[in-house]
Amino acid sequence: MIKVLKPGLATSVQDLGREGYYHLGIPPSGALDQYALRAANHLVGNPAGAAALECALVGPELEFQQDVLVAVCGAQMPALLDGREQRPDTAFAVRAGQVLRFGFPTAGARAYLAVAGGIDVPEVLGSRSTYALGALGGFQGRKLMAGDLLPVGVPSGKTRAGASLPMALRQALGGEVVVRVVPGLYFHRLTEAAAQSFFTQAWTVGSEADRIGYRYKGGSALSFQPREQPFGAGSDPSNIVDSCYPIGSIQVPAGLEPIILHRDAVSGGGYAMIGTVISADLDLIGQMQPNQQARFLAVSLEQALEARRSYKKKLACLARLFG
Amino acid sequence: MAEPLAITPIRYSFGADEHLFAEVSDSMSLEAFFKGMAVTRAVERLALDGVLDVCLANASFQIRFDPDRIAPQALLEAVQGAEAEAVAERSLQTRIIEIPVLYNDPWTHETLMRFRDRHQDPASTDLEYAARINGLADVDAFIAAHSGAPWFVSMVGFVAGLPFMFQMVERQRQLQVPKYLRPRTDTPKLTLGHGGCFGCIYSVRGAGGYQMFGVTPAPIYDPQQTLNYLKAHMVFFRPGDIVQFKPIDRRAYDQAVADVEEGRFDLRIRPVEFSLDAFLADPVGYPKSLQEVLA
Repeated sequence: MIKVLKPGLATSVQDLGREGYYHLGIPPSGALDQYALRAANHLVGNPAGAAALECALVGPELEFQQDVLVAVCGAQMPALLDGREQRPDTAFAVRAGQVLRFGFPTAGARAYLAVAGGIDVPEVLGSRSTYALGALGGFQGRKLMAGDLLPVGVPSGKTRAGASLPMALRQALGGEVVVRVVPGLYFHRLTEAAAQSFFTQAWTVGSEADRIGYRYKGGSALSFQPREQPFGAGSDPSNIVDSCYPIGSIQVPAGLEPIILHRDAVSGGGYAMIGTVISADLDLIGQMQPNQQARFLAVSLEQALEARRSYKKKLACLARLFG
Repeated sequence: MAEPLAITPIRYSFGADEHLFAEVSDSMSLEAFFKGMAVTRAVERLALDGVLDVCLANASFQIRFDPDRIAPQALLEAVQGAEAEAVAERSLQTRIIEIPVLYNDPWTHETLMRFRDRHQDPASTDLEYAARINGLADVDAFIAAHSGAPWFVSMVGFVAGLPFMFQMVERQRQLQVPKYLRPRTDTPKLTLGHGGCFGCIYSVRGAGGYQMFGVTPAPIYDPQQTLNYLKAHMVFFRPGDIVQFKPIDRRAYDQAVADVEEGRFDLRIRPVEFSLDAFLADPVGYPKSLQEVLA
């Protein structure tokens, strides 16, 4: 068991997520940075999709009640074991009674703490991921609270302390992020000026940035072409008849601040989406800190598929290394 | 408006490499919903490898897919094939469900007073405002219209298990209200909401922008699946369900809540066939024949 002494800002149990229930309003959930989750799991000998702790911005303080191998990947948030800083992207042993806490992130927003054997909460709809809006999955359907006792599964024993990610497989986080976007959906509803300025201006992450979505500010307003609004679409030109929202889709309520929906997305609504972040870049979004800067780069569907192939190659390298 | 929509091709657009988005129509109508439903059901029947989720919305739909298993272009062609085949479908085997509602209840009233500064008309309640802008004499007349004809569940989503509903009346009788000027940060669980031409039931407590008219005692989303009608799935509603609201008083509401707590509450649910052509031919009389199924 692991006892939660302090929960941190928003720590939750996540695996790779659940598919097949988005049509009922239940989003995929799962680690916002899927690569980091996989990497941390590999380091402790878990299957890539084992449940781990996603620790956002302010990490938790945890008391281990058993000996176990752990690893932290993702955001550069120093892991301190009884006050001693541990090497990032490297497995280390924790003894029963030791306390693990985190320093502030110098880059990235979410660290993933994997423990050998995985966080052993029950699967709900095929996943151990937390979907807090629906009080579903994870630890009692919510982010962690002080006093929670997290059960740990049976370790595989495949790796040992010191197992480490090669530099080529570590993530570079921080700085200005280029996010690739396939324009589409209701992109044609933007004025020509807005269609251009969205991609030429720099945007910064606002304070409303969580697992549901990331709000960006700092660019000029994006105007939609005026029209007589269709029946049922609502009165603002940025409104549409409520439709489904793709994961990674970008909406601009009232033309003001773009919102990128992430893996806990609201599954639909009445705001026109102007494009979708490519699957290979979704990990980057969840690692952005408030006030970090982004630029959006328009790419074709072909380029999105090419980027996905490169991303999958990197995953294959990880798997081979620890297979 | 009956004919053209059936033959107007759907507008497709890829939501990057994992979603195919399809707009049946840019405006809401029963026809648009019906066509989207027919096409998505046809797509489901194809059982394509790599299709992760087929999500139906009011006048559009979306397919979430794994491009490693099905190429986007191959998926698009398959869906267009399904579209060509499905436009002929004009009837639906479904169920009609009676949902009890305590209109004008104290909990949504407390909430709407708390967020009055975000409302178009701070001087009246959501019900009074909705009655007035829809040209109805008073709150009672509005409730009579709201519960007078059944509603189609035209989408399930926003959050887990939340049904969007579209009333089975001619367009000129559709109840329409704008959303709050700024969304509330709180809405009681199981609130009956309304925004644009859509009704909804808030499946969980949380933020919301729809006008609030009442509450139902009937849980519609429950990961614990305690009640009989939630045993099959934690999410009760499916697109295509037909809902008939039944106004109840406070005593009946309290009794129903007590029944829910003791796990013996149940809903009145009957199988029914809906015919789009029968509705279009007689939009006043036909819904009444559906209501009779519940009697």
